[in-house]
Amino acid sequence: MTVLDLLGAAEEVHDRAPVVELRGVTRQFPGDPPVHALHPTDLTVRAGEYLSVVGPSGSGKSTLLHLLGLLDSPTDGEYLLDGRPTSGAGERERAALRATRIGFVFQAFHLLPHRTVLENVLLATVYSGVPRAERRERAVAALERVGLAHRLDFLPTVLSGGERQRTAVARAVVARPAVLLADEPTGNLDSASSESVLALFDELHAEGLTLLVITHDDEVSARAQRRVRIADGRLQEIA
Amino acid sequence: MTGFVGALVEAWDELRIHKLRVLLALIGVAVAVAAITGVTAAVQMLSQAYQEQFDRDMGRQVTVAVDAWAQGEQSAPPAALATEYARVLERYDITWASRDLATQVPFRFPDGTRPTEVRAVDPDLGTMQRIQVVEGRWFDDADVDALAPLLVVNRAFLDRLGASDLSEPLTVQLGDVTPVRSRVVGLVEDRWRGAPPEAYVLYDQLTRWYTPDAAAGFYQPAPTLKMWVPPEIVDDLTPRLRSEIGAAVPGWEVGTYDNRSTGGAALDGATRWVALGVGAFALLLGGLGLVNIALVTVRYRIREIGIRRSFGATSGRVFVGVLLESVVATVVAGLVGVVLAVAAVKAIPADVMFGGLQDRPPFPVSAALIGMACATGVGALAGILPATVAVRVKVIDAIRY
Repeated sequence: MTVLDLLGAAEEVHDRAPVVELRGVTRQFPGDPPVHALHPTDLTVRAGEYLSVVGPSGSGKSTLLHLLGLLDSPTDGEYLLDGRPTSGAGERERAALRATRIGFVFQAFHLLPHRTVLENVLLATVYSGVPRAERRERAVAALERVGLAHRLDFLPTVLSGGERQRTAVARAVVARPAVLLADEPTGNLDSASSESVLALFDELHAEGLTLLVITHDDEVSARAQRRVRIADGRLQEIA
Repeated sequence: MTGFVGALVEAWDELRIHKLRVLLALIGVAVAVAAITGVTAAVQMLSQAYQEQFDRDMGRQVTVAVDAWAQGEQSAPPAALATEYARVLERYDITWASRDLATQVPFRFPDGTRPTEVRAVDPDLGTMQRIQVVEGRWFDDADVDALAPLLVVNRAFLDRLGASDLSEPLTVQLGDVTPVRSRVVGLVEDRWRGAPPEAYVLYDQLTRWYTPDAAAGFYQPAPTLKMWVPPEIVDDLTPRLRSEIGAAVPGWEVGTYDNRSTGGAALDGATRWVALGVGAFALLLGGLGLVNIALVTVRYRIREIGIRRSFGATSGRVFVGVLLESVVATVVAGLVGVVLAVAAVKAIPADVMFGGLQDRPPFPVSAALIGMACATGVGALAGILPATVAVRVKVIDAIRY
C-alpha cells in the first residue's frame, strides 16, 4: 500500500488547485511596538510538492506553521487550503479542516503516553469522520506503512525516538490529509533516527503526499524538492 | 447520536486509563451515594414499620368506625342494629368490615375463673389491623360455624393457662355458669411488656355461646362496626351511615369516626429531609473533591487537549468529553454506591430493627433513582469547571515544545 492509497486521490493530484496558498498573509502580535511575526507573504504549494521552510530561531517559522495548520489566524491576507478560503471560517469549520485536510508532525512527537501506538493513530480517525468500522484497518495500514506493524500494542514510552516519530507520521497520514505539516521533525532525534524519518518523508513524497517541513537544519531542508528560507518574518525562495 | 456514543466511549477510555485517580476521586462519591440511597431506603422501611404499627393500633387507612349507644328503654333491640349493619355493608358493597366489641369474659384458668379482656371480632379484622399471629392461625370465615368457640390469645393468656406453645391442642372453659370448652387456635405477641391476658374471639361465636348478665337491658353494649374503605369515599359515606343506621334503629345514638387525621407515616416529613440533607451534604463534599482532582487533571492534560484540538477536536467536543468523563465516572460511582446501599439495606435485620415488618417493602426504586440522579448531577456540576478550563486551552501554547 502506498500513501496515495491512503490519500485516495492519486489521479486528481495534478489538476487540483494548490493545496496551500497564502495571499498577502501577515501576522502581527499586539505590543508596543507591535511585533511583525510574518510580513505580507505569498506562498503556493501544489499537490505532491515537498517544500521545506528553513530559518533560524525567531524567524517566524512557528508562526507560519500555526497559520498553515489553522491553529492561528492571519492579521491580514487570505489563506486558501485546498482552494478554500479560510479567513471567514468559524472554529468548528477550522477544526473540521484540521481533522480532514491537515496532518501534523511535531518535534516532540506529542503522542499520548497512556495510549498504545495503535490508539494514538486511531485518535486522528476519531475527529476526521472515518467510519468506525474502517478505523482500525486504516490505522494498522498506516502503521505498516511506517514500518511499525510489530509495535501496535506498545506504549509510546517504550519506543525509540525514531519509532515515536514514525508513529506520529502514521497518525498524521491516517486520515488522508491534503498536506502533512512537520515542525522540526528531526529536532529530537539522533542522526540515525533522523535519517530514517527523512527517508520515510522521501518515500511518502514519492508516493504523492504533499509535505511541508519547517526546520532550522539546512541538511533536513536540503531533502526537500523545493526550499524556502524565512528570516525576520519574510519568506524567500531558495533557488 | 453516533457522536455522543463516541464521546461516551472516549470518556470511558480516559477513565480506564486513569484508574487510580478516578478511583480516589470517586470513593467519596460512591460512599455519599450509598449513604443517600441507603438513608432514603431505610427511611422508607422505617416509614413502613411506623405505618404498620399505626395500622395495628388504629386500623389501615382509612378505617371508618360506627358506634351506637342505646338511649333508653324504648330503644330498638340490638338485633335490629346487627341487621342494619349487615344491610349497609351489602348496600355499599364494603369488602373489608368487622364488628369489634371489647368486653370481659370469664375463663377458667388453672388458678381459677378470671374475667379476661376479650375482643369479639370478625375474621376481616386480622387483615384490617395487620394482626400478626406468631403461632397457629387467625380466624377464617368457616370458623363462624365451628362447634366450639375458637380463640386467638396473647402470650400472657397462654402463660396463665400454663402452656408454652400451641404444639398440643389447647382448650379452656369460657363462661362461668354454663361454660363451654373453647379451643385456642392462634397466638399473638403481647402488645406491651406486662400486658394482661387477652383473647380474640369471633363475634358471632361469642354471642352464641356466652350471654353476659349485664348484656340485657339499658346501656347494653353494642359492637363497633369497622370498615376499611378507599379514602375518596369516606366523606360521602360517613354521613349516610349515620343517618341510615340512626333511622333504622330508633332510640340509638349513632356516631362515626375515621382514622385519617391520625394517619400518615411519621417519617415522611422533617426527619426524612434531615436524613436526605445529611446525604446531600456528604455528596457535595465528594463532588468538591472530584472538582478538585478534575481541575488538577485537566491542567496536567493540557498538552493532550492541545493535541486533540490540532487533530480536529472542536471545543464543543473537548467540553463534552471532559464533562462526560466526570459524569461517566460519577455514574459508575453512583452504581457502586447504590449496590452498596442495596447490600447494606438487605443485610439489615429489618424485623429486629423496625419491630416486625409484615410487608417488608422491596428496595425502593425511587431511592436508587435518587442516588443515581444525585451522582449524575454531581458529575455534571463537577465537570463543568474543568470542561470550561479545557476549552480555554490555547492549542498553540498546549503543543509548544
